[in-house]
Amino acid sequence: MSLGILGTKLGMTQVFDDTGKAIPVTVVQAGPCTITQVKTKETDGYSSVQIGYDEVAPKKLTKGELGHLAKSGASPLRHLREYRLEDVSSFELGQAVTADIFDEGQLVDVAGTSIGRGFAGFQKRHNFSRGPMSHGSKNHRAPGSIGAGTTPGRVYPGKRMAGHMGAVRKTIRKLQVVRVDGDRNLLLIKGAVPGKSGNLLSIVPANLVGRKG
Amino acid sequence: MNAQAIIRSIEEEQYKSDLPTIYVGDTVRVGVVIQEGGKERVQPYEGTVIAMRNGGINETITVRRIFQGVGVERVFLIHSPRVANIKIMRRGKVRRAKLYYLRDRVGKATRIKERFDRSK
Repeated sequence: MSLGILGTKLGMTQVFDDTGKAIPVTVVQAGPCTITQVKTKETDGYSSVQIGYDEVAPKKLTKGELGHLAKSGASPLRHLREYRLEDVSSFELGQAVTADIFDEGQLVDVAGTSIGRGFAGFQKRHNFSRGPMSHGSKNHRAPGSIGAGTTPGRVYPGKRMAGHMGAVRKTIRKLQVVRVDGDRNLLLIKGAVPGKSGNLLSIVPANLVGRKG
Repeated sequence: MNAQAIIRSIEEEQYKSDLPTIYVGDTVRVGVVIQEGGKERVQPYEGTVIAMRNGGINETITVRRIFQGVGVERVFLIHSPRVANIKIMRRGKVRRAKLYYLRDRVGKATRIKERFDRSK
């Protein structure tokens, strides 16, 4: 668990590495964020740091939100997010969090809302096979059997079916930071990240399971 | 700066400014950087440009040549550091944007008429 940063997906391009290889990268506007609240075990029962991102006009926020931000002296911010931390002693209210917290080559986890695909059928949502399109077949994109007959007389829960797809929070793990631009608060992350351009992302150092210590 | 301008500024750093104007049908000599046991050297590859793909930083050319009786096509990412230089050897006169028909031809039929109104 470590402090992450909020950012906006700007789009994708490619950069060349030292050996001349073209690397696909996502450009992310990461921060600048402000620490808006520090929660400790004594006051809140757990310790975490809340950061805010994306400056907006004061009229976009409610009085309650503005009052909360005023405590840390932060300008009106649209998005607030907490990061659970073991030790919060080094953080104080109003402190800035910039893209510099990441190093080149570091692995990160990127979370955000994936692209919504609406009500999607079996082929798109669950990679089912399609039926024959010709030779008299009327089974084109149908699901096939969804279970046995009178026994059990019902469809088992969890049966994969058509339905709403996408527009859920997804985390892409262990992506490499290719470049950090501290002046403009940009991160170049290798590969694709969830959502379309303009999507809000949360970037945290990679959660490496079983490799700690 | 908006998102597009930021991405463009990242790409702009990597564009090569010394590239000649390449057209489909030209005969070009491409200097390819290859690494051999820790040493770098530039190997020339000469052939006819049979296709171009304009994609900003992702711009590529497809160069075809006959090597030991076998047709070889290589796609070069022209802004890549692996492509050391590109030299135009000959300007060709063609009426297609993609010269894939050359794949079905051998010998004399693969010749492309030279044009002289474009500088090398």
